[in-house]
Amino acid sequence: MDQKNKNSKKPSYSRFSQQELSAWKPILTPGWVIASFLTIGALFIPVGLVALSASDAVVEIVDRYDEECIPDAYSMDPESFIQNPDIKKTCVRSLRVPKKMVAPIFVYYQLENFYQNHRRFVKSRSDKQLRDPEANNDTYHCFPEARTSDGKPIVPCGLIAWSLFNDTYKLSTRGKPLTINKKGIAWKSDTEVKFGSNVYPKDFQKGGLIGGAKLDEKVPLSEQEDLIVWMRTAALPNFRKLYGKIDTDLEAHETIKAEVENNYNTYKFGGRKKLVLSTTTWIGGKNDFLGVAYITVGGLCLFMAINFILLYVFRPRRLGDPSYLSWNRLPVA
Amino acid sequence: MQLDNNLVPDNVRLIYIDDPQRTNEEYEFTGNEITTSKYTVINFLPKNLFIQFHRVAYIYFLVIAALNQLPPLAVFGRTVSLFPLLFVLTVTAIKDGYEDWRRHRSDRNENNKESLVLQSSKFQSKRWKDIRVGEVVKIRVDETIPCDMVLLATSDPSGVAYIQTMNLDGESNLKTRYARQETSLMSFEGGLTSGVIRCEQPNRNIYEFTANMELNAHKVSLSQSNIILRGCQVKNTEWVVGVVVYAGQETKAMLNSAVSPSKRSRLEQAMNKETIWLSVFLFVLCLVVAIGMCLWLMRHQMQIDTLPYYRKSYLIKGKFPGKPYKYYGIPMETFFAFLSSVIVFQIMIPISLYITMELVRLGQSYFMIEDKHMYDSSTNSRFQCRSLNINEDLGQIRYVFSDKTGTLTENKMEFRRATVFGKHYRNSSMVDGSTKDTETAEPTKPAPLPTKGRKLKSDITVDPHLMRLLHKGLDGSEKISAHEFFLTLAACNTVIPIPSQSTHQGSMGTEIHEDLEAIDYQGESPDEEALVAAACAYGYILFERTSGHIAVDVNGEKLRLDVLGLHEFDSVRKRMSVVIRFPNNDVKVLVKGADTSMLSILSEDPENDDLSLVTQRHLNEYSSEGLRTLVLAARDLKGEELEEWQSMYEDASTSLADRSSKLRQTASLVESNLRLLGATGIEDKLQEGVPETIESLRQAGIKVWVLTGDKQETAISIALSCKLLTADMHQIIVNGTSESECKMLLSEAKAKYGVKCGGFRTQSFKLKKGAESDFVEVLAESKLTNLPPEDDGNRELTMGGPLALIIDGNSLVYILERDLESELFDLATSCRVVLCCRVAPLQKAGIVDLIKSRTDDMTLAIGDGANDVSMIQMADVGVGLCGQEGRQAVMASDFAMGQFRFLKRLLLVHGHWNYQRMGYLVLYNFYRNAVFVFMLFWYILCAAFSTTSALTDWSSVFYSVIYTSVPTIVVGIMDKDLSHKTLLQYPKLYEAGHRQEGYNSYLFWIMMADTIWQSLVLFCVPRFAFKESTIDIWSMGSLWTVAVVILVNIHLAMDIQRWVLYTHISIWGSVAMTYACVVVLDSIPVFPNYGTIYELAKQPTYWFSILLIIVVALLPRFTIKAMHRIFRPSDIQIAREAEILRKRRFFYGSRVFWRSTS
Repeated sequence: MDQKNKNSKKPSYSRFSQQELSAWKPILTPGWVIASFLTIGALFIPVGLVALSASDAVVEIVDRYDEECIPDAYSMDPESFIQNPDIKKTCVRSLRVPKKMVAPIFVYYQLENFYQNHRRFVKSRSDKQLRDPEANNDTYHCFPEARTSDGKPIVPCGLIAWSLFNDTYKLSTRGKPLTINKKGIAWKSDTEVKFGSNVYPKDFQKGGLIGGAKLDEKVPLSEQEDLIVWMRTAALPNFRKLYGKIDTDLEAHETIKAEVENNYNTYKFGGRKKLVLSTTTWIGGKNDFLGVAYITVGGLCLFMAINFILLYVFRPRRLGDPSYLSWNRLPVA
Repeated sequence: MQLDNNLVPDNVRLIYIDDPQRTNEEYEFTGNEITTSKYTVINFLPKNLFIQFHRVAYIYFLVIAALNQLPPLAVFGRTVSLFPLLFVLTVTAIKDGYEDWRRHRSDRNENNKESLVLQSSKFQSKRWKDIRVGEVVKIRVDETIPCDMVLLATSDPSGVAYIQTMNLDGESNLKTRYARQETSLMSFEGGLTSGVIRCEQPNRNIYEFTANMELNAHKVSLSQSNIILRGCQVKNTEWVVGVVVYAGQETKAMLNSAVSPSKRSRLEQAMNKETIWLSVFLFVLCLVVAIGMCLWLMRHQMQIDTLPYYRKSYLIKGKFPGKPYKYYGIPMETFFAFLSSVIVFQIMIPISLYITMELVRLGQSYFMIEDKHMYDSSTNSRFQCRSLNINEDLGQIRYVFSDKTGTLTENKMEFRRATVFGKHYRNSSMVDGSTKDTETAEPTKPAPLPTKGRKLKSDITVDPHLMRLLHKGLDGSEKISAHEFFLTLAACNTVIPIPSQSTHQGSMGTEIHEDLEAIDYQGESPDEEALVAAACAYGYILFERTSGHIAVDVNGEKLRLDVLGLHEFDSVRKRMSVVIRFPNNDVKVLVKGADTSMLSILSEDPENDDLSLVTQRHLNEYSSEGLRTLVLAARDLKGEELEEWQSMYEDASTSLADRSSKLRQTASLVESNLRLLGATGIEDKLQEGVPETIESLRQAGIKVWVLTGDKQETAISIALSCKLLTADMHQIIVNGTSESECKMLLSEAKAKYGVKCGGFRTQSFKLKKGAESDFVEVLAESKLTNLPPEDDGNRELTMGGPLALIIDGNSLVYILERDLESELFDLATSCRVVLCCRVAPLQKAGIVDLIKSRTDDMTLAIGDGANDVSMIQMADVGVGLCGQEGRQAVMASDFAMGQFRFLKRLLLVHGHWNYQRMGYLVLYNFYRNAVFVFMLFWYILCAAFSTTSALTDWSSVFYSVIYTSVPTIVVGIMDKDLSHKTLLQYPKLYEAGHRQEGYNSYLFWIMMADTIWQSLVLFCVPRFAFKESTIDIWSMGSLWTVAVVILVNIHLAMDIQRWVLYTHISIWGSVAMTYACVVVLDSIPVFPNYGTIYELAKQPTYWFSILLIIVVALLPRFTIKAMHRIFRPSDIQIAREAEILRKRRFFYGSRVFWRSTS
């Protein structure tokens, strides 16, 4: 008998092999449909309202200055203005605080129509070089800003670093300067790990065409926070980058004087520059999208729930009713 | 001699017995070393790669990877872009390498086996791989034969050897092979053997061998029965000696090891069509990017030199002042933009789907094989999946072509009736109680055999009248007829009696008769075994058979009969005969055969005519009871006639060319003018569950056609007994003997039953037009179109009752070879049942082809014998039954099983599941890849058409390989819409497959629309939520990676019908896995995305965006699904609701409300 069992090819029984594992078999009953819609509605509308109010609480001052900061004489040819190192580029803007702004107030510069996400741009960097002093020569992806004319590697190399934003802002209110704290504007992970504390800029911005800001060769990359922020390339062509923080509150209707050093050349590609002062809430900057979207979706779901309730009332179908089976239904039709 | 003329020198192989040097002198024959392995250590890498790159998918991978290596197109990092290709190549190479290593090992084992070979006049051990053609080899009992050999001698003085061909064709019965008398007594040790064998070149036909042997200037013929083939085993024979004729790769076993052609599933073909659409999508997307790039460059032509994010040239300084940097002019840049977008969007063509499908089919096969309901305990065989490509086709079968013998019936023959000399006898086991007369009250135990205790293993109850007739001892024609009748049963066959002693020890207890031996009959067909067993029961015991004589124990008296000649059964003559010489020198021809072929060759004296009339009446009775009939006849052979036959037979059987037709001529010489002895009726029992299975298949909308070699009456009776034919059916019988008659019969039937003459073209047009409308066209179609499709009977008919077409092989010859095919097609498709009788194997394939070539319907052929092989290979799905008739059908099949009734479960349950799973799998995989590609596409529009991907390279590669692959596979294997009980109870649910509900172009386009919506949501929500913010490209990419993975997994989760633990693990595990991978990738400092997820996860906006994406993306889908359920519930859905609610209600103790709907 044992022998026989051994030779038997009979599949051994298990609930797995017989596809009989205990299972949850959901069916889309009217109850489920209505409950889902109601749940989403009930969840989304409050969240939307909260998000909207959070976004509302953000006070934001946006000032576009790229056009106004060109003297009238150069308005037809802003590029010759911006490229001429001998002309003084300082330009004074006055900003009005619409509502009381509670510290910390974030100072951003906003660039528009600047494709920091262009593939040629995104790839033009060497992360190894930024981190490791031994890897100065790792400039393979950095062309055309890889080496100086005599073949020395540029640190930091690549188009991204080369095009570093170099407008500067000085803010003052009622004659008193507002200090802009530029420490801690970059991510901790970047300053601590990604950018080496013993990597110093070398031969940077020494070529014929200056792309943007120069770097102090005595300060290690890990402390060049403007560079670090800039090198987190933006996802979209209109983007903001953190310039600094103001640690004092600003009262409503106060006027802020902003002295802008208008150095950065966005004129050649029709980019726009804006100075932004903004508070934040848990949701981040001012953006109504999430709030509105949540409320809309929530409302839509409630509407759907009502519709489905009506549908099930006026057009009920008993679940599993055999008379709806195709072979039972057709003769009637 | 004439013989030599037939041997064209090119086609003959000369073998000098025991002289391998001379044999191999002129042309070195292949040695006996075999290599089934494909690779060696040295050529493994190049050869394996070469073979792998035969697949189009890999070429696609390679081209994409190669494109990516070009500097202007380097979208992904170098290693990253090679990852998918290397991954697949490595996995496949490891698999191939392992398989090949195993082959090497088995080759080595095989090649190093040893056999006794005649070396310097002595049998000495030699390794198999060193055996050469021409050498003489000795094999002992139970050893395996190392190469194809011509038998020279065996331990049996008459030269008989028994071999088992299990390894070759799977048949476990013993076959006899003979050494020629001329050599069988030779002594080999001593080196005196010499002789030349001329044989044909190696070929793969294991059933034929033509050769002759020249011994001392004397020519003898050699045939199939003189050769033993590699892989077979010697049984019941102490030793055999043979000369090697084919060795190694040239042996018939090795030549036959090719695999059967692979089939492509219907779903896969449909899928390929949709893949072309996806390619169109891919092309359009790439074109948009390329055109966008072109326009953008033209607009910025003046600035691109200095644009900080483009920087065309090296400006003034540097090594290459003024030289452009990776810029090749607008047309080239446009072209490169196109190519690089192909690289980015490559997964639009779901190459991974093919691998996924293979894995899923593997899993599905596992469940089919393991299904305990498809295990056959009588043959101890599980279900077998021999083909891994067509699981889902099982869910769409519209036609089943079934063999009868061994498929519908058990092919276990039992001797039931006999008519001897015009008198009808029945086995008493068939007599039921009411008709029992006094005689049957006599002991019906196996007749008191006066033999020395010889006994057949199975007991057959005998008819006492017949028994008494045999023992009467009276002379007279009746008695002689009866005697010859049983002699024919015992002698006219190829059955081998195998004595076995051991079986009786247990049953006899203490009373052990030493001379009691049981005889086991091993025959090539079960009919013969049944007949010999019957003869045995009546006291005619066949107990010895050699090539020259047979010995029959007639009621205790041993009768040695010399066999002068044996004309084997062939399908042209449909009969077999033996010429035997009695001890008293009388020579008789004993013939048995099919009635149609026998009645025409009977002698024409009036007595015989009466007899033949009575016998025919009996035959018809037997046929109508579903019995298989054989007619037996005999004649004496005397004087001149005998001599004429003898010389002709000698000549024919030594001839090399045309032997079979010459033998046929010889046979016709003696198979004439016969004296009718009687006829037999053998019952072929129906297999278990056949009528139920056929009924279920019919309800499922599957048409069952029976194609059988049996005669019409038998076929009809079997069809009636398995409820294929019912009494209310109109039988159209097409039985023509000429083309015009067939034509007339067909058109008459068509006119009578109102089948519209539809040309092939209009039909196929109709088919494409509406999947729901049946292809059957009926005159009254306009009136009847509203009828439900299942009501075939009404649709097919204008005058009540469904149609059944019965057609025979003769008519098919005229129909299939001429242009009557379409007429037959029209008629046959409007019948509910088609029964083809007397069909040859190739005709079976022809009928399958008739349907296959004219409709889009899926066909399935099921059979068990060698004659079904062509049909099994022709049909879309071939199913083989592991039956009595050997294993050729199984070898050729895609699926093999033990019983016909498993077909119901195979199609209705597993077919349905497989189809639903696979259909969903394909759609989902299309969606999964397309939604990802579209998401990338929208972003590229925001990145100056520069084919930037926000996702990290690794995430892009992992997306289809790691992040989302496991759940689809698990769901594809384990999801289950309905329980097997429901599916079996309501066969109509199978029609979902006919209506292509699981996968069709409508679903594809809906899915594509949904895909575009979902991808837009994926893109837009973060785009607006992070509008004018500080978000960087890697954070955005990280958000998208996670969002798309969660989205496609929830999408899948919404469609899962059966959540088991594995489903949960795979779905939620995938999401967790993705997060884990993202965290790991963001923790490697050399990546620019270092640290992203840590910062990102702190922002509530991130989490709210993901939630919003998922809800908004799936909202339309969910709504439409809910609406669909209200307004257009599908059958499957209703059945599912009923099933689950019933279970719940049952659980809560309330009444079952689901009633039968049929």
